[in-house]
Order: sequence, then structure tokens, then C-alpha cells
Amino acid sequence: MSQPTFLLDGQSVPFDDGQMILEAARAAGRYIPHLCWHPDFPPHGSCKLCVVKVAGRHVSACATPARAGAEVESDTPEINTERRTLLQMLFVEGNHFCPACEKSGDCQLQAMAYDLEMTTPRFRHFFPDRPVDASHPEVLLDFNRCIYCELCVRASREQDGKAVFALTGRGINKKLAVNAESGRLADTDFSADDKAAHICPVGVILKKRVGFAVPIGERTYDRAPLHEVALPKSEDSA
Amino acid sequence: MALGASQRVDDVLKRFGERPEYLLQMLIALQETENWLPPAALTALASALRLPRARVEGVVGFYSFLHAQPVGRYRLLFSDNIIDRMLGSEVLMARLCHNLWLAPGQVSEDGLASVDVTSCTGLGDQGPAMLVNGRAVAALNEDRIDIICELIRQKLALDAWPAELFEFENNIHQRDALLSCAAPPGDALQAAIAMGRDAWLNQVQASRLRGRGGAGFTTAVKWLACRDAPATEKIVVCNADEGEPGTFKDRVLLSAHADLVFEGMTLAAWAVGARRGFLYLRGEYLNLRPALEATLARRRADGWLGASIGGAVGFDFDIEIHLGAGAYVCGEETALLESLEGKRGTPRIRPPFPVTHGYLGLPTVVNNVETLAKCCLIALHGGAAFAATGTAQSAGTKLLSVSGDCARPGIYEFPFGVTVRQVLDACGAIDTLAVQVGGAAGITLAPYEFGRRVAFEDVPTAGAFMVFNDTRDMFDVAHNFVQFFAHESCGFCTPCRVGTSLLAGTLDKLAEGKGSPADLLEIEDLDRLLKQASHCGLGSAAPNPVIDGLQKFRPAYERHLMHADFSPAFDLDGALRRARQITGRDDAGAHLPQQPEASR
Repeated sequence: MSQPTFLLDGQSVPFDDGQMILEAARAAGRYIPHLCWHPDFPPHGSCKLCVVKVAGRHVSACATPARAGAEVESDTPEINTERRTLLQMLFVEGNHFCPACEKSGDCQLQAMAYDLEMTTPRFRHFFPDRPVDASHPEVLLDFNRCIYCELCVRASREQDGKAVFALTGRGINKKLAVNAESGRLADTDFSADDKAAHICPVGVILKKRVGFAVPIGERTYDRAPLHEVALPKSEDSA
Repeated sequence: MALGASQRVDDVLKRFGERPEYLLQMLIALQETENWLPPAALTALASALRLPRARVEGVVGFYSFLHAQPVGRYRLLFSDNIIDRMLGSEVLMARLCHNLWLAPGQVSEDGLASVDVTSCTGLGDQGPAMLVNGRAVAALNEDRIDIICELIRQKLALDAWPAELFEFENNIHQRDALLSCAAPPGDALQAAIAMGRDAWLNQVQASRLRGRGGAGFTTAVKWLACRDAPATEKIVVCNADEGEPGTFKDRVLLSAHADLVFEGMTLAAWAVGARRGFLYLRGEYLNLRPALEATLARRRADGWLGASIGGAVGFDFDIEIHLGAGAYVCGEETALLESLEGKRGTPRIRPPFPVTHGYLGLPTVVNNVETLAKCCLIALHGGAAFAATGTAQSAGTKLLSVSGDCARPGIYEFPFGVTVRQVLDACGAIDTLAVQVGGAAGITLAPYEFGRRVAFEDVPTAGAFMVFNDTRDMFDVAHNFVQFFAHESCGFCTPCRVGTSLLAGTLDKLAEGKGSPADLLEIEDLDRLLKQASHCGLGSAAPNPVIDGLQKFRPAYERHLMHADFSPAFDLDGALRRARQITGRDDAGAHLPQQPEASR
């Protein structure tokens, strides 16, 4: 029996039963933008950057199972405009000063903004007050850049078995909390060797004393755009 | 932590059997004695429950009625729905703040009181209303405000306050099949038990009953799927998180017809084979809890709850009440389940649906209060009789919560298919400019649509029916609703978390008279994104009042525009407000002219 397929922007993509649209597309070497999705974790569906249009409905590609014969629109002006607006929202709700950020060039949010040709913040900046936590000897937390993808929350809970991070607050006042009565990372069992220490797609969790070890201009997304870097290496997908 | 407090944490843990899924209930109970939730108490709770402390902190942070910071001994929250505002809530709140010498959002210096606003408290027919330490006080006026201030000054415990302050009216003005049902408790159950489980479900199917919470899903389909789900343990949940602004019919059902609601839950349990049931009661309805517990106790004593109900061997079912704590989104059924499990009320990814993976992963039916009460009518009179009223796609009657500009606000039960005009006539509304049907998330109807029918196939509604006369500004109405959504967004997905705040900010700008045509375009763009890309119904419904408003009451918006293509939201002079406050200056020299002409 031949493998079922769906159409992604008019091109056929094979999938396994139960596979999500985003996963199947990725396996076929097709990129759908995403920030909160990560190959090591079940779909989360919060960033909505992977929005695609299926039969007129806008759905999250990471959390929508592929169906045989479905027509999925992703790389279209309509959907990319929507994604650009979502990016602009993420930029204005936090404090993202790319030129001074250690993650510049390695940041998925920034790289995606370049990829999707976001040229202005468009909306009024929220300028939230989010103090940094420099208490930990090895790692700095700069909450100003958090996009609430919960990858650190999930990695710490599921891979490190520690649950160092969690979300608190609600709505626009949501924030990342650490697992200590003092609220300080130094008072948790967090370590720079944790999976959670290396999973942040933006610049919240930063290792101390290695700032700018790789010069700007030679960083991940300086060398290749996000839509290439984000796909699995060809040997992985073989 | 003080020894007393530590003992009280232990008491709460014991009371709820140290089960982590009771975390929210424990936090509510603990706050009742401690007044707030001190950090040490959270640490103690977390360690006893073997939960990460940050998770406990996250739950506290999610619910508006839980406080991780010290608050006043008396926490006063004014219901801030547009209807309360129309009834004068803002003036009364100012009076109370003046009396008690404090500012909204702040704790008084002596720690005695704090005053703020909260989302609709479900008393629109007898507002303005407020919550005092979670207990609702309706029909506020200057006298009542002054009495409350005096009670606070005397530091009198809430239990010693005059009981009539905490009493509500039911205001039932129009009864049909449900509200005139006089069957004694147990009759409907006996009828269904006599039919047998399968025949009973067939009757529900024949009734064509659809969910009264707004979405209108066919009840029998839900029950069948749950019954057939492969698990031995099943759950029935009654969604009494009636948070939609302007809705209060569930409050009235729970106070005047609680037996019908509990009997409906038991009927659902008979159909699907559930042994456990939960009534998820919104925190705002705390006043109703003692009477509801008493009704449950009586039904247990009469054999309508517990083991071998109605003598049917193997039919064991009981109901417990869980409280919400100020989160509208928990009315969404998967968010409600998360909350029932003691977590943050973030809607789940669907599928899987609750009928197969609900409470603690068990097959679960979640039904609205009114839906469950209606099941009693089906059991008593049969599915066909139920289906004989209403319209082709909407069988039976609908309870409407009527509030706003009319002579007789309150509850009206009409068969589905009733026109908006008929309801307006019944409640004594004149010179009506608009009706908001279905709450903030619903639809705004202009006079030319008053011939439309309340039914799933035309104007669907969970029951809210807010009337606005021709002295009202429909921009103010939409502005209020959008602020509500921004406050209630759970913050999970980007479009709703940021989009509702941006939308509220843009309407704020218009309200200040600084709007421009570009802002209207921006609003339409945000509306589209919220509708299409949001994770759940809250985000996709949030722009409804604005979309309808721009379409049907555009002049109300255009009145707020400056005649320019674009005008910035940034207010240079406003930015100096804080500096003026600090320096105590308010003279002309401390102000910046906004317009170049004015600087001469």
C-alpha cells in the first residue's frame, strides 16, 4: 500500500498515520515556521507561528494531524502576513534590543523576523518591567526576551527531571517563574549542564562568561537563514 | 511560617486527602483563613503534595481571586460589566474609595481594605454588584456603600454583617416548561431508571437536546461517546462557571432549582455509567454554596445520591462541588478540566476530546447547568414531548438573562425561536438601540435585526440578553467588552495574549479622542487575526463586539476619530504625569503643549 499524501502549497507530502502536518512537512524537507515546537517534545501550540490554512480554516500545523488529500496553504502572502503580525506581537510585548543581545545571530525570533521580512515593530511597545535574575553562578536569566514557548519548562520537567521553571500570572501579565521561594535561580537545583539550559530559542537563558565568544557576523543565522537551519540534516532524515 | 499558619496548612492538606488535583481547592480554603497566600505556605503545600513549588506559584498567579501578595483584610471588588457601569458602579466605587481613603488597586495604609474591579459577577439584573472577600453584594446604592464602609471601619467579621446584604433576588418573570416544573426530587430519576440505561439515552437522543452553554453540541452524541469510551471509570461535570458577561440564568437555576441540576447530573451518570460528578461553581457564586451542599446532603439522605441510587444495584454516583477562583476562560470545557485537576486553566489541545480523555484522562461529559436541568424534563415527559417545542434545529426552551435598559430585568424562559422583539416587549424595553445577545462573546443586534430568532440556527446564545437604549454609546459597550477579554485572556497563545491587549489599547486611544482612520484599519486587522489564529474560543470571540460595532454602529466609532490619517498614541504631556505627581506641581509650566499652535 502506498503512503498517504497531502498537498503543501500544491506539492505532495507523504505522511505516516497520526503524524502532524508540521512533522510530515519537515521529514519531507519542507519548512513551516515554528518557535514553540521542538522535535524532542509533543506539540505545544502556543506561538501560532506554524499557522496554516486547511480547507479554509486556520490551524496550528504542529498540532493538526495530516489527512490524506488535504490541501494545506503555508507559504502564501496571506499566511505569511499573519505570521509577521504574530512576530510583531512577540517583539512589542517583551523588550527585545537585538543589537545589544548576546543571542543576536543565534536567536530564532530574530532569524524568523528576517526570514519573514518583518521590517517594523508596527505596534506600540509594551515596555514591560521584567528584572533580570543574575543570581546563579553559571547562568543569567533575562526575562525581557521571553516568548512563553515553555521549552525550558518542558525540558526541565521532562528531560532533566527537575521542574526548575513554570509559568505564573495570566494573559499579558504571564511570566516565567523559577522553582524557589526566593524566586532566584541560584536557589534552585538548576545547572548549566541541564537540557533546559540550552533550549531557549531566544535570549532568556544565557551562559555567563562566554558572551560574544563567537563574533556577530559568524553566528548560526548569519551563515544560513532559519528556514534552512531549522530543517533536519539530510543524514537524519534519510 | 508562624506555627498557627503551619497548622492550618496541615489542616487543609488533610481535609483534601493530600491529593494534588485538589490544589486549587486547598489554595482557596487556605486563603479563607490566611487572607492571602504567604510564600512559606506555598512552599509547605508544594512539598507536602510533592509538586514543584513553581507549579503551585503558577496556579496562584493564574486566578484573579488568589493573592500571592498581602491584600486588605476586606477585599472589595466591583463588578465591572457594562451593565454595572450603566447602573452607576463607577460613582459608587469612587464614593467607597473616598469614604475609606484609598485608591483603586491599592491596599489602604492600615492594611484594612483594598478596592478594585472584577469581571461580571452575574448579578446584572440587580446591579451594581460587588464581591466582599468573595461574597457577592447586589443592588448597591449610596446607602449600602456607606453601610459597608461603616462595617469595615468597625472591623466586623463578614459573618456578623447583616445577612440581607448577601441575599439575591431570583427575578423570574417568564416561566415555561423548566421553570414551572414542580416534580418532586427523584421522580425524573425513577422514570429513567425504570427505562434502563439504553432506553434512557434513546430518549435523550429523541429529544434533540443541544448544549445550553452556547456551543450547542448535541447532548446525546456527547453522552454516547463517553459511554462507549473504553474505561471503567467515567466522570460527569456540570459547568457552572457562568462567566459570560450579562449571564446569570445558571445562578438562578442553582438557587431556585438546584434539585433539577443535581438530578440532571445523576441522569447523565445513569446514561454514561459514571460514579463521580463535579459541580464546578464559579468563585463569584460562593454565596450559593451552603444551600447547594445542603441540597446534596438531603439528596444523599433520600437515596438520590450514593450507592444503589433509586434501588438500582450498581448505580452508584456522588457529586462534589469545586470552586473556581476568578477566571472566565475556565468556562471553556478543557480549561475547566485543567482547573478541576488543580492546574492553571489553560485550554487543552483538541483532539483528544473530554468524552474520551477528560478529568485525569478519564472519559468525561461536561454539560452546562441548564442542559442538565433540562434532562429532567426529558426523563419525566419523554424525548418526543421535549422536541415538540422550539424550532427545527433547536428543541425545547431557553432561559434568557435579561439586563440593561428595560423595565423588568431578570430571567425569561421562552421556547427557542422567540424573536428578539418579543423578548424586548416582554421585559418592557423602549427606545432600544441595540441588544447584545450571548454576552461579550456574542452578537450585537441593531434594530433592523430585532425580528431575528433566538435559536442555534439564527442567533445562538448561552443566555445573555443585554439591552441598550438610544442614550447609550455602543463604542463604550465594545470598549468594555474588549477590556474584559484582555483581562481574561489566559495568555497561552500569542494572538490572544498580545492581540486582546493591543485591541484594548487601540480602543483606549479612540476613547481618549486620539483615534484616526488608520486605527480603524488596525482594529479590523487585529480582529481578523484573533478570529483566525487563536487557540480557543475566548480569543476568537474577543473581537466580536468590535466587528459588529464597526459594521452596525460605525458612527459611534467615527465620533472618536481626529480628522487625520494617523495620530500617535504617545502622549507627550501624559508622560510627565508621574513627574507632576511626584513634584506636586500642576501649573501651566509643568505641562507640555500638544499642538504647535497652542505653544504661542
